[in-house]
Amino acid sequence: MRAVRLSVVTAAATAAALTAVTGCAEKSDGKGADGAVTVIAKDDSCEVSQKEFPAGHVTLAVENRGSKVTEVYVLHPDDRIVTERENIGPGTKATITAEIKAGDYTIACKPGMVGDGIRQQVKLIGTGATSTGRSPERDAAVAAYRQYVQAQADATLPKAKVFTDAVRAGDIEAAKKAYAESRIGWERTEPVAESFGDIDPKVDVREDGLEEGQDPAKDWTGWHRLEKALWKDKKLGAAEKQLADTLDKDLADWVKRVGKAEITPTSMANGAKELLDEVATGKVTGEEERYSHTDLVDFKANVEGAQKSFDLLRPVATKNDPKLVAELDRQFAALNALLDKYRTDKTSYVFTSYEKVGKAERKELLDGVNALAEPLSKLAAAVVK
Amino acid sequence: MSEETREQTAGAPPSRRTVIGWGGAGLALGAAAAGGAVALARHDDGTSPVAGTGGAVPFHGPHQAGIATAVQDRLHFAAFDVRTEDRAELVQLLKDWTRAAERMTAGAEVGEGAYGGLPEAPPDDTGEALGLRPSRLTLTVGFGPSLFDGRFGLKGKRPGALVELPRFPGDNLDPARSGGDLCVQACADDPQVAVHAVRNLARIGFGKVAVRWSQLGFGKTSSTTPDAQTPRNLFGFKDGTRNIAGTETERLAQHVWVSGRDAEGSAAWMDGGSYLVARRIRMNVETWDRTPLGEQEDIFGRDKREGAPVGKAKEHDEPFLKAMKPDSHVRLAHPDTNGGATILRRGYSFTDGTDGLGRLDAGLFFLAYQKDVRTGFIPVQTSLGRADALNEYIQHVGSALFAIPPGVRDKDDWWGRALFS
Repeated sequence: MRAVRLSVVTAAATAAALTAVTGCAEKSDGKGADGAVTVIAKDDSCEVSQKEFPAGHVTLAVENRGSKVTEVYVLHPDDRIVTERENIGPGTKATITAEIKAGDYTIACKPGMVGDGIRQQVKLIGTGATSTGRSPERDAAVAAYRQYVQAQADATLPKAKVFTDAVRAGDIEAAKKAYAESRIGWERTEPVAESFGDIDPKVDVREDGLEEGQDPAKDWTGWHRLEKALWKDKKLGAAEKQLADTLDKDLADWVKRVGKAEITPTSMANGAKELLDEVATGKVTGEEERYSHTDLVDFKANVEGAQKSFDLLRPVATKNDPKLVAELDRQFAALNALLDKYRTDKTSYVFTSYEKVGKAERKELLDGVNALAEPLSKLAAAVVK
Repeated sequence: MSEETREQTAGAPPSRRTVIGWGGAGLALGAAAAGGAVALARHDDGTSPVAGTGGAVPFHGPHQAGIATAVQDRLHFAAFDVRTEDRAELVQLLKDWTRAAERMTAGAEVGEGAYGGLPEAPPDDTGEALGLRPSRLTLTVGFGPSLFDGRFGLKGKRPGALVELPRFPGDNLDPARSGGDLCVQACADDPQVAVHAVRNLARIGFGKVAVRWSQLGFGKTSSTTPDAQTPRNLFGFKDGTRNIAGTETERLAQHVWVSGRDAEGSAAWMDGGSYLVARRIRMNVETWDRTPLGEQEDIFGRDKREGAPVGKAKEHDEPFLKAMKPDSHVRLAHPDTNGGATILRRGYSFTDGTDGLGRLDAGLFFLAYQKDVRTGFIPVQTSLGRADALNEYIQHVGSALFAIPPGVRDKDDWWGRALFS
């Protein structure tokens, strides 16, 4: 069984390689010159002149005939961005060019530059198949998750601004109040953010994460640096105000790049497990939020993010391993019930300070995390079967 | 050879290393497959002729291996709390554990192994025992008194012998190192093999059980092989030289295995089982080491060099109790002082580094098997706790009692079947 699976994987890899080669061959044909595909963007429509056109060097001629600033995206079936153009003002034209392989794609116009956009399906033709290992169900799961991740990132910016505004205003109490809430969207989707490599160290590093030779006074930025200023140093000076600006800037960068993250059904599944790992190693010990003791807020957000991935993969996983799905449902419910013991209002994110969570209770929480994370580590296998 | 053992051998999954190159172990297993050695080992309840060669101890039999089995060099003992309240789930766990234990004690990997599976998924086996011999791994499972509290409908099956241990004088028990609904005793000649086994069982158990506490042990302090010298404890003394040997069928039947009238009524499921007392005994080695030799010898009632009882020449010489001080350890622990109470000891030394004050966090992880603690450990520890001169240098800091069910008979049997069926 295993040998068969391996040979299938090899065949898939070969097919992908061939696709790449033919893609290159077509590129030199200069087919895009035959006439650009036009996209007419209005406030309530997004008209693409051709539903099917040759793969290779593609040119989209965009015209915004609407009243709002718009942006146009070419998206993979899993919603990953192939290429994009932002800030196309009303009455203006823009050109988008890219090398695109054969396959199914979506063109989306976003009047007002918000939301998921008005979408058109297009097919790029040529030799070679679309990526193997895909199925409409898997693509749908990835696309929905990508939208979730983007929505979480988008929603974080205003919440982070409440926090950073308070820091800039020197209002310690207001900043403390806004701190944990500003992190929820980030904590729900952390594995995706971490996949970029450079954003996480800027916004979410703890003091002990700095390297030898790095100076905490200069090189330490992000939420936890401000956490320390608020709860331990209890003062907000010029440096902190500048750090608030930096945090805003870095988070804006994250929001902009989220759409380009590599997301697959297995990375979703393993990302869910990684969120629980975050809890098991950093939160359950109280290390993550050592000054604010808001660890349970992060904990809850991590579980919610994991649950979202799982829910989106559920249709695929149910087909392959219904027992695992049932087990995960049970363990998510059990862990959420356990977390609910630490908040009086189940609609709020006000949790018990982690300082007040005793050793036996921490063990109970970790037992709950292990009980969920172990079967969750099997989700990826259930998704690729 | 019986059909059961043939099945075990024939059905054994691909081993984690080839038989070629094992030397003695390979030969021993080869002999087992051919028919001779396994039957003998089964007859002796795990006192396998492959001792010392790194080979496999048979898993199936009327009694669990790891009790009368010749004591291995290393220990990983773990106590678990059951987290699920679903009886069927607990039963499934015991079945899953049994199947995993069959594989690991045979030197094979858990499930589909440690490599070669889907690259996107974690392997079934954790992999750190790859390439290591079976190392005479034994896995022994027990049920604590708390398992019979009503959660699983077992109240009526709690044996009279599964008592709550009384509070002994001098006890300073840490609840975080005591008790547990289930226990797993993993003994092996290689520490990595023992740790691998407990780690994989814990992993299989996540969500159903959670590790409550665990203890690593080295330097076995007792011997169940009569011709071997008794190993020394961390005080440098031999202790328990009259231990029951794995080959002493009569003494095992008399003092260790539950059967006959002891296995009636609520304890019927214990026929072929035993009771295990586990105690973490901290030793104050620094003060002991400042104690004059004569006093050390008086405290134990033996000489340090040979381990002979006071006035005798050899360690196995019958002690003359009246020649010893009234508070000497041997005198107080001896069956003659305790109405004949006899236990099978297979404890290990431990050291968990230092205790933060620079003192060695060391001692004896005491393990004793008997058919009834009320006539075994309890009278012995009662007299020791009251008067033992050794008490100045030791403290009992952890304690647990487990009912050890009978052995897993064959491929269809599982740990605790008689209790749950």
